[in-house]
Amino acid sequence: MSGSLLEVEELQVRFRTPTRTVEAVRGVSFSLGRERLGIVGESGSGKTVTGRALLRLVRPPGQVTARRMRFDGQDLLSLCERGMRAIRGGRISMVMQDPKFSLNPVMRIGRQLTEAMRVHGGGSRTALRKRALAMLEAVRIRDPERVMRAYPHELSGGMGQRVMIAMMLLPEPDLLIADEPTSALDVTVQLEVLRILDGLVRSRGMGLIFVSHDLNLVATFCDRVLVMYAGRVVEEIEAKRLAEAKHPYTQGLIDCLPKIGAQRDSLPTLRRDARWREAGA
Amino acid sequence: MKLAVEKLSVTFGQGRRRVEAVRCVSFGVEAKGSYGLVGESGSGKSTVLRAVCGLAPVSTGRIEIDGKPVEGRRSLAFARLVQMVFQDPYASLHPRHTVDRTLSEPLAIHGLNDRHRRVERALAGVGLDLSFRFRFPHQLSGGQRQRVAVARALILEPEILLLDEPTSALDASVQAEVLNLLVRLRRERNLTFVMVSHDLAVVNHMCERLLVMQQGQGVEELDRQALGDRRVKTGYTRSLLKASEGFLR
Repeated sequence: MSGSLLEVEELQVRFRTPTRTVEAVRGVSFSLGRERLGIVGESGSGKTVTGRALLRLVRPPGQVTARRMRFDGQDLLSLCERGMRAIRGGRISMVMQDPKFSLNPVMRIGRQLTEAMRVHGGGSRTALRKRALAMLEAVRIRDPERVMRAYPHELSGGMGQRVMIAMMLLPEPDLLIADEPTSALDVTVQLEVLRILDGLVRSRGMGLIFVSHDLNLVATFCDRVLVMYAGRVVEEIEAKRLAEAKHPYTQGLIDCLPKIGAQRDSLPTLRRDARWREAGA
Repeated sequence: MKLAVEKLSVTFGQGRRRVEAVRCVSFGVEAKGSYGLVGESGSGKSTVLRAVCGLAPVSTGRIEIDGKPVEGRRSLAFARLVQMVFQDPYASLHPRHTVDRTLSEPLAIHGLNDRHRRVERALAGVGLDLSFRFRFPHQLSGGQRQRVAVARALILEPEILLLDEPTSALDASVQAEVLNLLVRLRRERNLTFVMVSHDLAVVNHMCERLLVMQQGQGVEELDRQALGDRRVKTGYTRSLLKASEGFLR
């Protein structure tokens, strides 16, 4: 790892409501270099909220606290909103999970694609348009001219997801947070998109946080993996050694997947242990 | 054959907007068998199931159950024989009906008596506590909802269950529980399964035979052993197998 791009210590995210307080993230610490970091866990484990907290996108009643949250020498906790805006979408960008809710439904794709570039840096309209078209081609959109003119509802889920990935890559961020970026894509397209992300990590030294519930994919794609359970990191492990995971939760998640050629009568199910919720378990 | 599909084609739209979703697909499932349809999105696998249920128009070909052709509007008797479980339990249950109402409705339609006990039995059958009976879908987790959807499909005691990606919206640990439930129910009730999935591993676990589909056509039929041993003939199936191993550098 060539120095840390991002350092997070003791990140906590709480949602206070009149009736109860939900602790979505409970003391997550990690650092990230110019590498591919996977965050896995089941729904509700806090992986998406962790990604959003890094960009300060958690809205009230959510409260974010941390002992330390630094990106490339800047303190993300104390940075003013204007300073945060310069980072958000420009130097750190995030691919959201669901294109249906994350794209602006009343703005054409072309305009949405070039918006971030206009804000961060800019360039002539034709130059931006050209870059947008090239990026759509890079994410294997077959008819980029048509897609540029289209509204989000005219695209399939898989195309929407690729459009979002293109949009987030256009400002050439230093850090990309990808929240289940390929879950709506077919396996073969999924691998093509991952290849593009992989190329950016290698050629431009981009840092990548890859949030996913797909252990198999994370094990083969990422360098390092954080396994989250109930808002905590229960295990950190080198991705290629995921099969040797020590924590019973990680092992359980791996075991309960059907495997080709395994021919088991029934699949092992996860037996949750209350102690997993506590630190140091 | 319990269920036979012969040279089935399904087309939507006309003229320039004509889409051939399914093109000349044939397969057969023995009684108590379990058959898988695998493919990527747009391969027509779900449309085949929908055509069996009469939810998609059959343009050519035939569908037979117990040797008798199935055509036109499906009868009540058909619903007693064939039921379907849909992909997304968040969308397939009526958000403003309680579990009790969801499960009672088919009983009312079919004029079955003893509803109270049947609903209780259906819940117990899918491993849900009776306390779930008067809850609404939003008060249930994804896995619990899919259990309700399975209970809803089984309450009429059908012989054939059509499963359209029943676990793709669920977490891996919940998927394992639902798949185990389906395996157990099939054994206990001698059900015939047709299961659609994009996940080769899930189909390999659940089905004795499977058909790989691509762009509306059947590409290759395999049995469980052949898939397990990776004895596949077509390049397309091989590429799916390779992709299922994850990202390879």
